[in-house]
Amino acid sequence: MARSITTKKAALRSLAVLLALTVGLAVLAGGLFQWADGQLTPRLGLDLEGGTEMVLAPVVEDGSAVNPGQLDRAVEIIRQRIDANGVAESEISTQGGRNIVVAIPGSPSEEQLDAIRKPSQLRFRAVFLQDFERAAPQASPEGTPSGTATGTATTTGTPTPSASTTAASGVIPEALRAATTAPTTSATASPTVTATTPASTETPAAPTGAELEAAVAAQTSQGLLTLGWEQDKADQAAAKVAKEYVGLNCLEPGAVDRAPDLKDAPMATCGEDGVSKYVLGPVEIDGSEIGDATSGYQPGPTGQPTSIVEVRLSFKDEGRTKFAEVTKRLVGLQGQPPLDQFAVVLDKRVITAPQAKAIITDGRASITGSFTLDSAQRLAEQLKFGALPMSFALQTNDTITPQLGEEQLRLGVLAGLIGLILVVIYSLFQYRALGLVTVFSLVVAAVLTYLALVVLGTTHGFRLTMAGVTGVIVAIGITADSFIVYFERIRDEVREGRPLVAAVETGWKRARRTIIAADAVNLLAAVVLYLLASANVRGFAFTLGLTTLIDLAVVVLFTHPMVQLLARTEFFGNGHKWSGLDPERLGAKESPRYRGRGQFRPASAPTATRATQLAEGKARS
Amino acid sequence: MINFAQFGNDLYTGRRSIDFVQRRKTWYVFSAVLLAIALSGIAFKGLNFGIEFRGGMEFRVLDVTTTQDYEAKAQAAVSEAGIPGSVTTTLVGGDTVRVQTETAQDKTDAARTTLAEAFGVDRAGISSTLIGPSWGAAVSEQAIRGLIVFLVLVTIVMALYFRTWKMAVAGLTALLHDLLITVGIYSLFGFEITPSSMIGFLTILGYSLYDTVVVFDKVRENTAEAFGTKRMTYAGAANLAVNQTLVRSINTTVVALLPIAAILFVGFTMLGPGTLLDLSLALFIGIGVGAYSSIFIATPLLVQLRRKEPAVVDLERYVARHTAKRGAVDERSTPGARSAGEPVSVGADGVGEPVSPSPVSGAARPVHKYVQAGPRNQPRRPPKSKR
Repeated sequence: MARSITTKKAALRSLAVLLALTVGLAVLAGGLFQWADGQLTPRLGLDLEGGTEMVLAPVVEDGSAVNPGQLDRAVEIIRQRIDANGVAESEISTQGGRNIVVAIPGSPSEEQLDAIRKPSQLRFRAVFLQDFERAAPQASPEGTPSGTATGTATTTGTPTPSASTTAASGVIPEALRAATTAPTTSATASPTVTATTPASTETPAAPTGAELEAAVAAQTSQGLLTLGWEQDKADQAAAKVAKEYVGLNCLEPGAVDRAPDLKDAPMATCGEDGVSKYVLGPVEIDGSEIGDATSGYQPGPTGQPTSIVEVRLSFKDEGRTKFAEVTKRLVGLQGQPPLDQFAVVLDKRVITAPQAKAIITDGRASITGSFTLDSAQRLAEQLKFGALPMSFALQTNDTITPQLGEEQLRLGVLAGLIGLILVVIYSLFQYRALGLVTVFSLVVAAVLTYLALVVLGTTHGFRLTMAGVTGVIVAIGITADSFIVYFERIRDEVREGRPLVAAVETGWKRARRTIIAADAVNLLAAVVLYLLASANVRGFAFTLGLTTLIDLAVVVLFTHPMVQLLARTEFFGNGHKWSGLDPERLGAKESPRYRGRGQFRPASAPTATRATQLAEGKARS
Repeated sequence: MINFAQFGNDLYTGRRSIDFVQRRKTWYVFSAVLLAIALSGIAFKGLNFGIEFRGGMEFRVLDVTTTQDYEAKAQAAVSEAGIPGSVTTTLVGGDTVRVQTETAQDKTDAARTTLAEAFGVDRAGISSTLIGPSWGAAVSEQAIRGLIVFLVLVTIVMALYFRTWKMAVAGLTALLHDLLITVGIYSLFGFEITPSSMIGFLTILGYSLYDTVVVFDKVRENTAEAFGTKRMTYAGAANLAVNQTLVRSINTTVVALLPIAAILFVGFTMLGPGTLLDLSLALFIGIGVGAYSSIFIATPLLVQLRRKEPAVVDLERYVARHTAKRGAVDERSTPGARSAGEPVSVGADGVGEPVSPSPVSGAARPVHKYVQAGPRNQPRRPPKSKR
């Protein structure tokens, strides 16, 4: 008798654990909704919500495989491009260490997509002119003054690190004063002074486009001459770039991406901060010449780290010579800002434009400036990235309209409901009242799955896709499977002639092994599928694995305890006709059973003795 | 329903038995024919790979008001957008037009515009999918690698779980059998193979493995018993195992198939090709075939593989000798097989009954005549008065 009580207790305890689990998940979901901007519904994937998903494969120019660091950098580039294009709520993730998945709500235009996936390049160019985008853009040729013009105030403070390049030999030169101070406070910004046309950009009355253009052209042509260009060629190129410069509005998202970027010609472009504006010379050193770039505190003369943060840059053989030439020329131009600067351009944007302080012949440069450790590290990574230019091959591009997504979700849910009802009907038909246990178990599993999906959506950004919905629906059958395995085992035991309570216990012992084995196989399959599947069907493997785990929990914590408890009721214990465990219907072996004290129970026990049978079972278990 | 329960009982007790093992040639021939059809389908008809493998573009125009001439309209719109090559157009669910074209990366936008004009819908109501050609190659490669890795893993799991290579071989054969037939059906009916159906195929492997595990578990249990009690042949014990798990196999298969059937129904009638339909179609066919193979192929094959083993041969001889002694009762389908086949009928918990002829089991087991006559007769001693 004592064991019977413990069984009952154990059953109740299991149910309590399950309840606690469910409530815990529900509270977690609710809490996340309340405080961590979670949702009360699972987050939907793009194919159900509508939107655009692109898979881009970064392709390194030399054809080598992409390493994780490069991939991270590529993701950053893409993110920057998307932000620059003003696309809100986009999601960027990597996939399989090779691809970048970009999910954008809505349907972006062809130009936006092109801008996102164009190749990236890092180049070194001479700086001819540096200026800041004015808050009120002057007559731009397109006549589309940007509405975001007020944005300048917020961005002027952000550093495009003004920097100086020094020989890495250890002499600590002071970083030069910030070249990028706010335009309103300093006159250093617009170095059009050397130009023949004195169209100062500083004059409060904004110069007309033509005047500015002429000034820029002159300055550029001057710069090109220092590089040894012929006069007429230089003038031609300068006129062209001046026009571009005037037309360029750095405050307008995506404007830079439309700017022409020719290797052998000067170009007009913007700084990474979106405020500074440059005219740059032709490419002098290609990013592929960079050997390595690191960041950290600059070592002092004694080798002790100082508090100055630097970015160390080294060049490969060819780059070393080129860099020596460049620094030699720039040092010669010292005192004529910005001509003594060189710009590092990543994807048309100037990421840094340091001045050269010394002639560097060993190809090891150090950039210092107003860096923090983080910004220095970022710059170093950008530079390193430049060593291997990447382009992005468009692998897939899916645009799903919200209507289609909604329709898919609706029909998916409908299919799931039909499937659930069919399974319920079938199990009621097969197992009668015991089928109800299946129904409730499925309900519990459904609740747990829903909660898990909601929580995972918030914590891990899991999005339910169509494949995931399919997985959930398929899982109905697989979950019900384990109940069937269990029930059939109990029936087998009842057929053996065991009384129900004992049959439940022995049946469970044997079914448990099969259920665990089956779930292990399923889980293994799900994990392998997850790892092997292409991204758009991964959701299937994920929900399949998740529901397998939930199935295991439900069988152990709900179905078995319920059956244990129900086996003690009159209805099931006495093998009612509709209980699904009627020994007579199951053709239970009714052989004379030794009842102790030299007595046998007769072979065909009348129904009345079932109560004693039940009692026996209790005693035995 | 009563009949089904009765059927289950009979299968369990062995009163009714289906000769899965003995009639294996029949199933082999049947499967061989299926496989031949499947293989010839794959060989001659080829597989219809979806655009995810081939590369290409697909547009879906939703809520089309008039579907009249939709093919011509779509064709015109696509060529107007400047996309060369062939165009496949299908009507899905009554008001959605699906247009498949070749890849032309920069023409996606144009095509959406022209399609919107042609069908008189909003441009935003057109979904588009573009698959680059290199993606298709990568996906195919990934799928094939996935298949190989999965098969290797499954083999390892089987070998570890069953600890005999013969079971693993039998299980794997069944697995490949399922896979080939499923792919063959895809080929014959011209169903599209997409990454979704690929993952479906892989899932089938898992499911088939699971089915086989369930049956083989029982086979192992019963045959171990047979070796111990020497009451039935290996083949007989295996056959009984299949019979005993038959009801469960049917139930689990039906229950697994029901939700998938629901998806298929919704998918075919309303949704059209897509992840949902592709996945569930593969699963539906695969699970069906998988249930068949684990019953009709895997177990008979296992028996055949082990038939030549000395232990099995010995057991067979022993059983044959004893059944002959008992008066030539057909060893495989008599109720006599039953008491031997039952697992742990003489359990440790003492529920097992003393050996006695029960109405169901008949009297096939040789029983001493004392037992038949009831309590053992004690030597009679005449009363004193009569001495």
